[in-house]
Amino acid sequence: MHGTHVTPTVSRRHFILTAATAAGGFMIGIGAPRAAHAGTVPAQPWNDDNGYAPNEIDAWIAIDPDDSILIRYQRSEMGQGSMTALPMMITEELQCDWSKVRIEYASANRNIREKKVYGAMFSHGSQSVRASQKMMQQVGASARERLIAAAAARWNVPASECSAAQSVVTHKPSGQSLRYGELAADAAKITLSAEPAIKTPAQFTFIPRPLPRVDVVHKTDGSAKFGMDAQVPGMVFAAITACPVPGGKLKSVDESVLAGAPGILKVVKLDNAVAVVATDTYWRAKRALSRLQPEWDTGEAGKVDSEQLSKMYRAALDEPMQTARNDGNVDQAFSGGAKTFEAIYETPYLSHSPMEPMNATVNLQPDRLDVWVGTQDAGEALEAAAKASGLQPEQVYVHNGFIGGGFGRRDANDEVKQAIAIAKAVQRPVKLVWTREEDTRQDKFRPHAVVAFKAATGPDGLPTAWSMRVVTSSILASVGVKLPPGKIEPQTVAGLADNGYNVPNMRVQSLVKNTHLPVWFWRAPGVNQHTFAIESFLDEMAVANGIDPYQMRRKLLANKPDWLKVLDAAAEKGDWGKPLPQGSGRGIAICTDCDSLCAEVAEVTVKPDGQVKVNRVTVALDTRYMVNPLTIAEQAEGSVIYNLSAALYGKITIKDGAAVQGNFDTYRMVRLAEAPKIDVYLMPSGGKVWGGAGEPATPPIAAAVANAIFAATGKRLRSLPISDHDLSSGSA
Amino acid sequence: MITIQVNGSPRQIDLEPDTPLLWVLRDVIGLTGTKFGCGIAQCGACTVHIDGKPMRSCSVPIGALNGAKVTTIEGLSPDNSHPVQRAWIAEDVPQCGYCQSGQIMAAAAFLKEFPSPTDADIDANITNICRCGTYERLRRAIHRAADMMKA
Repeated sequence: MHGTHVTPTVSRRHFILTAATAAGGFMIGIGAPRAAHAGTVPAQPWNDDNGYAPNEIDAWIAIDPDDSILIRYQRSEMGQGSMTALPMMITEELQCDWSKVRIEYASANRNIREKKVYGAMFSHGSQSVRASQKMMQQVGASARERLIAAAAARWNVPASECSAAQSVVTHKPSGQSLRYGELAADAAKITLSAEPAIKTPAQFTFIPRPLPRVDVVHKTDGSAKFGMDAQVPGMVFAAITACPVPGGKLKSVDESVLAGAPGILKVVKLDNAVAVVATDTYWRAKRALSRLQPEWDTGEAGKVDSEQLSKMYRAALDEPMQTARNDGNVDQAFSGGAKTFEAIYETPYLSHSPMEPMNATVNLQPDRLDVWVGTQDAGEALEAAAKASGLQPEQVYVHNGFIGGGFGRRDANDEVKQAIAIAKAVQRPVKLVWTREEDTRQDKFRPHAVVAFKAATGPDGLPTAWSMRVVTSSILASVGVKLPPGKIEPQTVAGLADNGYNVPNMRVQSLVKNTHLPVWFWRAPGVNQHTFAIESFLDEMAVANGIDPYQMRRKLLANKPDWLKVLDAAAEKGDWGKPLPQGSGRGIAICTDCDSLCAEVAEVTVKPDGQVKVNRVTVALDTRYMVNPLTIAEQAEGSVIYNLSAALYGKITIKDGAAVQGNFDTYRMVRLAEAPKIDVYLMPSGGKVWGGAGEPATPPIAAAVANAIFAATGKRLRSLPISDHDLSSGSA
Repeated sequence: MITIQVNGSPRQIDLEPDTPLLWVLRDVIGLTGTKFGCGIAQCGACTVHIDGKPMRSCSVPIGALNGAKVTTIEGLSPDNSHPVQRAWIAEDVPQCGYCQSGQIMAAAAFLKEFPSPTDADIDANITNICRCGTYERLRRAIHRAADMMKA
């Protein structure tokens, strides 16, 4: 049976979720019926005005006389489902009727004007739910108590005799009741003397609950508005090409080839890019742009290629490094080890490649700037737009759309700045759209990394000493964040320094070597590639010492019950150890990411011609707590596919300083026929922190597949992508 | 001047004949449900029906379409009630949703040809890219839609 399964380890209500039969759909077991009704969101999720609504109780909640409830959502919906989950957390505390909830984006402009009333607006680091949880609960609880206070005042009774449920306040002794819609105006005037306590997870009655996402209906009829779909009266269309070598400048461009071309408004030269603006269609701008042959000043960077970078990184493995973790005495322990292992693992640059190419639409007026963009951080987009336009932040309005995939890419604002520069040049509202090729090549890539391992194993075959040394480039440097001296960049050692294994002598170090290529957060930054390295290398040791790879991990995690739980679940549900036909194999891998734990088992068949088919993946995921198990499961499935594309095919090659790959014909993605069956087991273990859901299932798949390929073929893959390796039978 | 029917309404298009249908739909007519993903018929986000056949509109020049009937996601049903749409909602398929108009249009056309599809039929014919990785739910939704259409 394939689909989603929830193990009720922490939930007060026991429910079992299985999806999966050909008939499909969620069959909910005990306690949590699927709501036949649902909250809603408008197809155009942004607010066109200043971000106010009638009948507001506060900046978050408005309740109309007919009991319909508006809840503002301050993060970014890019498919991860937090537009559903965050209002669900408010609903939990507000004790309101979910079927009457409608949702819209909070205004980044209002956030500026009202002293960050919405707090941080970003969605990255799998933080939308876990970083908002207390705030969402407090917002809901506060509004609920004000509604209760309003009712108590109306009846002249103590508030302690009143309770709220399903959008109704009831006075228990008299049986009187009032609807939220009848109380909202009074509640809006009430200030509580103290904020109410928020519920503990054990007190939840509404969450966790598998609810359909509020945005799904608009994503099935074409009505959902993405940034790409913004339509502004009088707008013109821009296509752009930036210097293919990052850091390079525009030297010159001969515009005369476009002289007299119909519908072309202007060629706009930027410092490092050239754009063509057309009056009627984007395609006209794109086609005209392709006729230009800009000359670029690329400097020394224009001579760099992948091979040099790889050599440079490998050579740097012997240089002094910063130390992230140093347990015991690794150097001493090596001398006593029965057996030593050494290997170098390498992972390439990757593009994020969201389905919606980067784009931004701007309307720049003397005293107001409107920006329509799918952004992972409307607050940052607003600040960047203010700076680029020269207007005050209070004069800038960012209208966040549904986001056609983020994966970490959509918070750099490069497209926003370009669109503003073009708008300044043409004095018209402009929609700027990147081509797919531009989106790939002008990405800020997942860093290239080289990891050198050295380990010693004792008489029992388990590692006694383990050194991990990384050379990679700095994401934070690309962002513009300077770390204090001596502080190590967490992403350079993520997935390594935080491994769960009980090895007495362990040292994790890294060295940053920056190149001209900007690098960025890519779903599960650092962890996504380092997990491939560490989990493959552990497999090497297990196999060489005659220990089953799953059992090796069990032994090294013996003192970590939460790690063991996901590991065991993945192994058991993934049929670990059961016979497979010749040419097939299973691999296992585990990681921690965003305070969650995830183990995966992949079952792979390698055909005699070397083609790899991943048949089935079993995911065991512990996010500690859950709001909406349905969307968590979807994120786990999506994470597997996202990193499977990378593991099988993903590589940005650098030639003459520029990315070679451009469109999906050269930057290949997993399609439906290649997609494995995925079983997801959700097993929240509770505890002090909430874990993230959008990223943690991303990292393990690459190692799980590579280890499965080893099991099937005896070939150990120490670099990605897998498609770079000849796996045909008879090959070395 | 080229005349096409879009979702049942005649449209006169006064553009160069090599303009791809995608940009006529999005930028001229204002139907933004059909999406731009790659521009080279690789990803399928721009899939529409032309005279009932699924086509990747980024690579279909408008000049080839005089008199053609075009159906976009907005015209698949008046109220999100096409079995494929209902199946997509029931299986909670979309994540970011950007590719889903194309996926749905591809599936709707596919099911006309394969009313009782096997998984192998789906593998061979549904080739649109989804970066969110909704493939398994999408597969279940296609089977569900096939069942609905028979019921």
